[in-house]
Amino acid sequence: MSHFGFSREPFTPERFRALVADPVAGGYASFEGWVRNHNEGRGVIRLEYEGYEALGIKEGSRVVAEAFERFPIARAHCVHRLGVLDIGDLAVWVGVTAAHRDAAFAACRYIIDEVKSRVPIWKKEHYAEGDSGWINCEVRPADAPAGSVPP
Amino acid sequence: MVAVQIEYFAVLREHVGRAREDLTTTATTVGQLYAELDQRYAFPEVGRVKVAVNDEFRDWTAPLKDGDFVVFIPPVAGG
Repeated sequence: MSHFGFSREPFTPERFRALVADPVAGGYASFEGWVRNHNEGRGVIRLEYEGYEALGIKEGSRVVAEAFERFPIARAHCVHRLGVLDIGDLAVWVGVTAAHRDAAFAACRYIIDEVKSRVPIWKKEHYAEGDSGWINCEVRPADAPAGSVPP
Repeated sequence: MVAVQIEYFAVLREHVGRAREDLTTTATTVGQLYAELDQRYAFPEVGRVKVAVNDEFRDWTAPLKDGDFVVFIPPVAGG
């Protein structure tokens, strides 16, 4: 079974917590990403997440597999929401268990950081003023690094 | 000439105005295919774009084969 998944419906961490339960585990670390009502000084009223699911499941599963290689953990799982989310909604959940807490904390941090930077998921923010924007895709000319355009 | 299918996501999907298209092209690499489509659609400047072929990340120099499924990946923003 894959250790990374998408959910088009709202979910609670309790639904997936059992997936990381293990008799050898002495610690459980989790991370919940929530939808906040502001970003870079602007009021946010809701979000949309879009995912390239086939590749996203592969890349997300690779991230979790790397966490198993790097840290002595028992189990790990990550679920990311897709669709329209309101303020306060759960956007992503990571759960890790390990014999000892250091590994659980470190692996949990590794998984959320790598998922955010590598898994093909896009976030559109809808602002209080009525406009919207795709996060990390709004490039001002001065921001464009040299060679950023593909051949 | 090769026949390929392209899927667009997020900012590129909205810019192109559809999620999928079938295309016959003389491009021999995915980079050439992107350049051809960029000429047609004038893609917005979004920063560093990546590419996947048949649901795996590939280099821009990857050869294009008949039946390939190609996705251009603008900067991601999960979490």
